[in-house]
Order: sequence, then C-alpha cells, then structure tokens
Amino acid sequence: MEGLGTSVGIGIGKVLIYKEPKMDIVKENILDLELEMSRLENALKKAIKEIEHIYNTTLTTVGEKEAEIFTAHKMILEDPEYIGSIKEKIRTENINSEWAIKEVTNFYIEIFNNIEDEYIKERVQDIKDVSNRILKILLNIEAKDLTSITEKTIIVAHDLTPSDTAQINKEMVVGIVTEIGGRTSHTSIMARTMNIPAISGVENIINMVEDNDVMIVDGSTGDILVNPIDEDIIIYESKQKEFIELRKRLEEMKGKESISKDGYKVEIAGNIGTLEDIDKVIENDGEGVGLYRTEFLYMYRDRLPTEEEQFEAYKVVAEKLGQKPLVIRTLDVGGDKEIPYLNIPKEMNPFLGYRAIRYCLENAEIFRTQLRAILRASAYGNIKIMFPMISDIKEVREGKKIIKGVMEELRKENILFNENIEIGIMVEIPAVAVHSRVFAKEVDFFSIGTNDLIQYSLAVDRGNQHISHLYNQFHPAVLSLIKMTIDNGHKEGIWVGMCGEVAGDEKLIPLLLAMGLDEFSMNSSSILKARHLIRNISKEEMESILDEILSLPTAEDVEKFIDENIMINILPI
Amino acid sequence: MITKEIVLLNESGLHARPASMFVKEASKYKCDIKVIKDGKEYNPKSIMSILSMGAGKGDSIIIQAEGENEENVVNELANFIQNKIKD
Repeated sequence: MEGLGTSVGIGIGKVLIYKEPKMDIVKENILDLELEMSRLENALKKAIKEIEHIYNTTLTTVGEKEAEIFTAHKMILEDPEYIGSIKEKIRTENINSEWAIKEVTNFYIEIFNNIEDEYIKERVQDIKDVSNRILKILLNIEAKDLTSITEKTIIVAHDLTPSDTAQINKEMVVGIVTEIGGRTSHTSIMARTMNIPAISGVENIINMVEDNDVMIVDGSTGDILVNPIDEDIIIYESKQKEFIELRKRLEEMKGKESISKDGYKVEIAGNIGTLEDIDKVIENDGEGVGLYRTEFLYMYRDRLPTEEEQFEAYKVVAEKLGQKPLVIRTLDVGGDKEIPYLNIPKEMNPFLGYRAIRYCLENAEIFRTQLRAILRASAYGNIKIMFPMISDIKEVREGKKIIKGVMEELRKENILFNENIEIGIMVEIPAVAVHSRVFAKEVDFFSIGTNDLIQYSLAVDRGNQHISHLYNQFHPAVLSLIKMTIDNGHKEGIWVGMCGEVAGDEKLIPLLLAMGLDEFSMNSSSILKARHLIRNISKEEMESILDEILSLPTAEDVEKFIDENIMINILPI
Repeated sequence: MITKEIVLLNESGLHARPASMFVKEASKYKCDIKVIKDGKEYNPKSIMSILSMGAGKGDSIIIQAEGENEENVVNELANFIQNKIKD
C-alpha cells in the first residue's frame, strides 16, 4: 500500500485505529430553560479549560506557531455571534443545546464552504473541531486517549484534528496514517514539526487493517507495509537508524558557518520558484537565495502578472530573507518554458531561439514592468538583479540602460529603491564563459548556470534519450569553462556564484571550492549536506589536485579520480 | 451614528490573520459597531461573522459605529485596516 508521504522518516509499530466517537444528536424539547442554559455554560467553560490546556501542551511540545491554532479555537468558543446564535436558538425554539450547536455549526460551515478562499475553507476544520469538543462534553463521550499510549504505535485514522495531533505522545507514536489530508493540512504540518513520519491520502485504510497489526511507514516514499516479514523489518530498521543519524548530523549544521577546514568561507544559498520554496530555504538555514525563478509568476495563468502582483511577491521573499541576499532572475521564458499568452511562435530549436533576455529586450514593456516591481521591492531587502541567457555584451548594456530608465521614473515618482542594486548575469553560454573577463568589467556578479552551460558546451539535448548519456557534468571541458569564469570574475573583483544543479553535486563541490566559487545556490534540501561537506574538506588540499583533475581526458576519468581521491576521505552523510 | 467606506487593499483582504487581528482590535471598543458589505451587516467583534463576510482584496466595506466616541472609533478602525494590517 502507499499514500502521499507528508512527513519524512520511518516508523515501525503497532496499529491503533482512531475513530471519532459516533455522536447521535437528536432534537429534544426542553422543559427548564435556565437549567439548559447553565448546562451549556458549564460545557463551554470546560471546553475553554481543555483548549487552554492543549494550547500550553502544544506550546511546549510542538511550537508557538502550531499552538496558535488553539488560540483560534478559543476565539470561536468565545465568539459572540456563534455562541450568541446557539443560545438564541435554545431560548426561542426551546430545544436542547446539542441540536442548537449542530444547526448553528452547519449554518457557518455552509457559508464558509461557499467562499472561494483556501484559508476560510480550512477554518471549517477548526469549527468542526470546536463544536465536537462541546458536544462530547455535553454527551459525556470519552474519546480514545492518545496521551497515554505506552508502546510504539502507528495511529491510523480517517483524519486527525489538530486537537488530536497535539495530544499525541511523540515518544511513543512513531507514525500517522490518514485517509484524507495533504501536505499543508494542520496535521501534516504538526507531524513534521514533531518529527513523526506521516502518510496521507490512503483510501479506506481504516477498514483494511486492525488494531495491533504490525505496520511500517516510510514517510519519504509514502510506502506502507502491513504485517511485514522479518527481512523487511530488518531492512527498515536499518534504514530508520540511518535516517535518524543523518537527520541529527544535518540538524547540527544549522546555524553553523559554511567554512572549509582551512577557514575559507563560502555562501550556500537556495534556489526558489514559488513562495512556498522560500520557507524551505529558511527551514534549511540557507544563507540567501541565489536564484529566484520568476517564470512561475507568469505561468499557469492567462495574462501577464501586474507590476503590483510582482512587487508583492518579490517583497514578501525579500522581507523573509532580511539582510540575506536575494538574486532575482528576470523572466526566462522560451526554451522548455512555454507561456501560451505570450504568443512566442514555435521554433525548430527553442533552446537556441527567441528566449529569456532576447525576448525581454524586444518586449520592453513587459521587461520594464518586471524591473519596476523588482526595484520597488529592493527597498525591502537585499535584492540583486540577474539577466538570463546573455550571449553578447550589447545585451548587458541594453538591459542596464532600461534599468537606468526605470530608476529615473521611480525617482521622479518619489518611490524608494536601492540606488546601488547589484546587476549580474547568468553565465550559461560558452561564449560568455570564454569571454568572461570582458563581461566581468561591466557587471557586479556572475552566476554560472550549469544546466544550460553543459548542454550548450557539449551540444547535447539532455531530454533526448539517444544522446542523454553524453550530457555529463564531469566533462573536463565544462569544468575548465567554470574555472575560467571564476578566475576572470575574480580578476575583475566581482563575486561568482553558481545556480545550476552542479552547485549541489556532492562530488563537484570540492572542485568548485578549490576553484574559489563564492556562492553555491541549490535545491533547499541539499543545503545542509553541502555545508557538512564544505566543513569537512580543505580548500588548499583540493587546490593541490585541481590541475591534475582538469587535465584528465574523459568525464569518467574525472568522476573516478574524485571518487578515489576525495570522496573516500570524506565522512559520509 | 458615523459611517465610513473603505476599500480593502491588502493581499488577503479580511481573510486569514488580518481577520483575527481586526476582530481583536474592534473588540477593544465598547460602542456598537457594524461592518456592512453588499448591504448585509456583520459583527466586527465576531471572527465567525467577519470570516463569513468573505471580504477579499478590492472589496469595499462600510464601518459604522454608534455610541461612545463613535467618530473616533470609525476612524481608528478604518486606519487599522488600511495601515496596520500586513499580510
């Protein structure tokens, strides 16, 4: 069986099926109104006490952000309209509290479900959670207790409310499997904070397993094994041990500097596309963003994003990063990134065609709108601008001229922006790498885009199955181009970063360190591993073997040499 | 009785966090306050009521207060929505 892994890690334990107790709510006429009112008041008081208790537990065992859910619950319990309507209903219709709660709750759920807003739709869960709490108190129903679990347990449920999740004993609960929910549900978020492996979206699991079945869950893959054979248990136990040790070592890297054994400091940053990605960069202690792919703001819609929409997006990211650098790449459309409403004609060779800066310089209005948004956002953080697909110095000059014009406009409108904003280019076309000394005189930084640099240098379309084996990041010519770019940048006094996949490649990081790369920007999930690696190698030692590596004849020789001479001495992570 | 009409300019309108911040602020005042959207009245001291209004970016709402310090209250709340609420 499998589902969607929502919190990584491996859990092995006994199944505990957790079902919401069935509540039969019947409409009854009441005889004594005052008695019914005090019955309700007492239940509300008790519910508030329970929530305050859960709030405090969550605050200490999970975290402040998660505990806020229960502040919201308390607000609902004390809400003048919600509670007011319930009391009003009891009074005017002479009915029992349970029925009034059910009716009023359903009334709000229906309204909320009809509002086109994800946040409000999610609040329905909170309202249900709160109303069930009051109802359980009124009906004297005791739920299965999740706090006093005493053996390694995997909770299997249709869905878990935040209240349920908050009460879990995280020492004993080693996994959570639910039939519904996704990565962003409260329960998944809490499971991740509590480091409990979790899998969602496993249809009908409640009816497929029984209490006390042995279960293995792998939150990284979403795999579930029920009553596994001994061999599987052994395999997963060792995977689990490895995972826990890895997590511990990576956690230790948070807050540490990215500095080599011999004291050479570099910056390890993250690549982002959507707003969600920035949280991952921060979670993994990235030292900045080396590549913000702005295409995502233009994709999956039917018109251009406005200046305001872009400004908001850039500003949010800039503010989240504070003083840490944020490199925003201007629109990189074309190639494999199609945006239908831009009406770029189909081409024979899109990767060699009308794309990125080439498109933007021709469509100056679209370009200017983006630059205005970026410049305005530059007042809120440490933003740098980067042009993609530069092949000619004239493009750099033209792009900078447009930026100057936009700055002039902003000054006239008295809009604040960073007057000294750094402007850099992607080095992804071999001609630029070869000629990088000249480019370095006119820009503030380079960022090497290895994916395109490799494909252009080797003339290999890596999407083409017949030749994809020729696409190889260890190719000595590619490595020489990278070194040439870094050297030339440094000769002209600018910093050089890298934002392609190579920047996070464990085998190549030692070589890049030796070449003097200043900034490594990668997928967030690789940041801590890369830091661990950098801290375990010496730049000087790597420098001493660099020339030998670059003079090897083939990519295979390079990789083998790295394996045998470098990787073997590095503590595995 | 004093009223004031304002347009919501922040990205998430009166959804999400801004809604609960607004309710907490409105609850500080003693006088009778209402928020009106599309002719319907809502209670600014109730999170359920404010969320059920479903007011998003670009929507216009009317704040109405009656009683102690009414003018001040309307201005303070309008100012709160327009300047203090950040997404």
